[in-house]
Amino acid sequence: MALLSFERKYRVPGGTLVGGDLFDFWVGPFYVGFFGVTTIFFAGLGTILIFYSATLQGTWNPWLISVNPPPLSYGLGPAPLELGGLWQVITICAHGAFVSWALREVEICRKLGIGFHIPFAFSFAIFAYFTLQVIRPVLMGAWGHAFPYGIWSHLDWVSYTGYLYGNFHYNPAHMVAITFFFTTCLALALHGSLILSAVNPEKGKEIRSAEHEDTFFRDFIGYSIGPLGIHRLGLFLALNAGFWSAVCIVISGTVWFDQWVVWWDWYIQLPWWVDIPGGVNG
Amino acid sequence: MAKWYETEYQNIFTQVQVQGPPEMGMVEDALLADRTKSASFSQLFGWLGNAQLGPFYLGPWGVLSLMSGLTWFVMVGFWFWGQAGFNPAVFMRDLFYLSLDPPSPEYGLGFPPLADGGYYLIASFFLLIAVMSWWIRSWVLANQLGMGKHVCYAFASAIWLFLVLGLFRPILMGSWSEAVPYGIFTHLDWTNLFSLTYGNLFYNPFHALSIGFLYGSALLFAMHGATILAVSRFGGDRELEQIVDRGTASERAGLFWRWTMGFNATMEGIHRWAWWFAVLTTLTGGIGILITGTVVDDWFTWAQDHGYGAAANYAPAATPEDFLPYLPPE
Repeated sequence: MALLSFERKYRVPGGTLVGGDLFDFWVGPFYVGFFGVTTIFFAGLGTILIFYSATLQGTWNPWLISVNPPPLSYGLGPAPLELGGLWQVITICAHGAFVSWALREVEICRKLGIGFHIPFAFSFAIFAYFTLQVIRPVLMGAWGHAFPYGIWSHLDWVSYTGYLYGNFHYNPAHMVAITFFFTTCLALALHGSLILSAVNPEKGKEIRSAEHEDTFFRDFIGYSIGPLGIHRLGLFLALNAGFWSAVCIVISGTVWFDQWVVWWDWYIQLPWWVDIPGGVNG
Repeated sequence: MAKWYETEYQNIFTQVQVQGPPEMGMVEDALLADRTKSASFSQLFGWLGNAQLGPFYLGPWGVLSLMSGLTWFVMVGFWFWGQAGFNPAVFMRDLFYLSLDPPSPEYGLGFPPLADGGYYLIASFFLLIAVMSWWIRSWVLANQLGMGKHVCYAFASAIWLFLVLGLFRPILMGSWSEAVPYGIFTHLDWTNLFSLTYGNLFYNPFHALSIGFLYGSALLFAMHGATILAVSRFGGDRELEQIVDRGTASERAGLFWRWTMGFNATMEGIHRWAWWFAVLTTLTGGIGILITGTVVDDWFTWAQDHGYGAAANYAPAATPEDFLPYLPPE
């Protein structure tokens, strides 16, 4: 059966969360659904407002278009459109679009009779975004603490915010997050490589089996997690990368205000070794 | 249709572990004398993946790699031990602060006295041997099983970044002092200083690509891991079988993404996406490091000259008067 001819038998009605069969149809390859409509609404409005913001900003250089949050003096109140109000509306649109997208994924999972792992995973990304743009600014008392929407301006924000707390690498949650990111990348490389090396064996050889995969990894590092476990591990690593990223920023400026290097002093100052001379901290 | 809370078999962990005799591995062209003879089981590991630990293949490259890797580790450890004045309490207190540093700049590419970076160079040599022989191992082990060499080539991309940091860039800069120190906090200091010295590394386009691929790798593994777990009730975790004989697991996995975003990879193709994203992370990262200080001295100024740096960096506005548009330099 050709790749697409089987699709018709999977296109069943039902599984919607809202709206019954009202939006229960496809447009080309895309499933619509109630949340497809809300996604289009929020994403469309947000995009139009970003273009409107760019006209006020006065540049069409795509690298430099930046929708900035309101000045700190507005606190958590509404700001005039041209003074960060656009950022506020666009942020609402972004949350609307992301949450709609996740719920649309839930509907698609229900249609296909598969697990909800994908929308669950996506919710971690939404949570990280919500943490940066809502939880932390609310805890700190001003929308101006959120990041601007611009390709390079958001990196400026990362630099600015990071150096407010000295060398951000000393933030223990940041360490954990980076470690998860690097480990995710490593595990992804190994998993992708292993599958490809089994399906694309040496010239003239038959396709390799799952036993070859296990054998290679046991030979290589003494352990093979197996074809099911690697996907659990990969999902676990990736979700932790996002989760600890959110943690590392939400604790900066809310429960920790100093340079992050100072945080480690509690360890040096443990009573049983604080007074020993020598070493680096003696 | 079941309610969402009635859904079973989300397959988060293995609920029933079956244990038989250990699998001692395919033979093919492997030398069985080089493979350990036993394996053990860990129920803890069995919750997440395979419970079996071992066997392990040593071979000449494995022996060389482990011995030289251990030498590097012990050399660094002895250095830390000396810095701690051979006091175990100080060693534990200052563990993250201890550091074996590269030579000072005045030695250039010469060989300095042991205490002034010579020891660092010797340790680095052993680390190099360890990494390169482990790399050769990745080729040999795949080869004797008749497999493709994808692990080896992906590993080469990581080694590229490793060599740029510790070998290629120091040589181009004319000084071993450019290499990265061996210490928990000192290598973080090195990273921070590197960015500050060269005018904010965020404006290095290859650094941006590298971060993009790193985050993309996390995104891809979240998407892929979640997709496979979601269709594991249809046998989707048996990816090799699904690649050669597409079943309903692949079809549902593909349709999920087609209906969600209008596009889907195939069961084999998703692993090509995965391989390239991971490989490009260190490949572009290495390029970014290599050209920093050798070709470009100030990335922010470079960005301004090349049409993507603003007149000034973004900083939060305190008052409406400070609310300035983000604009290119005049």
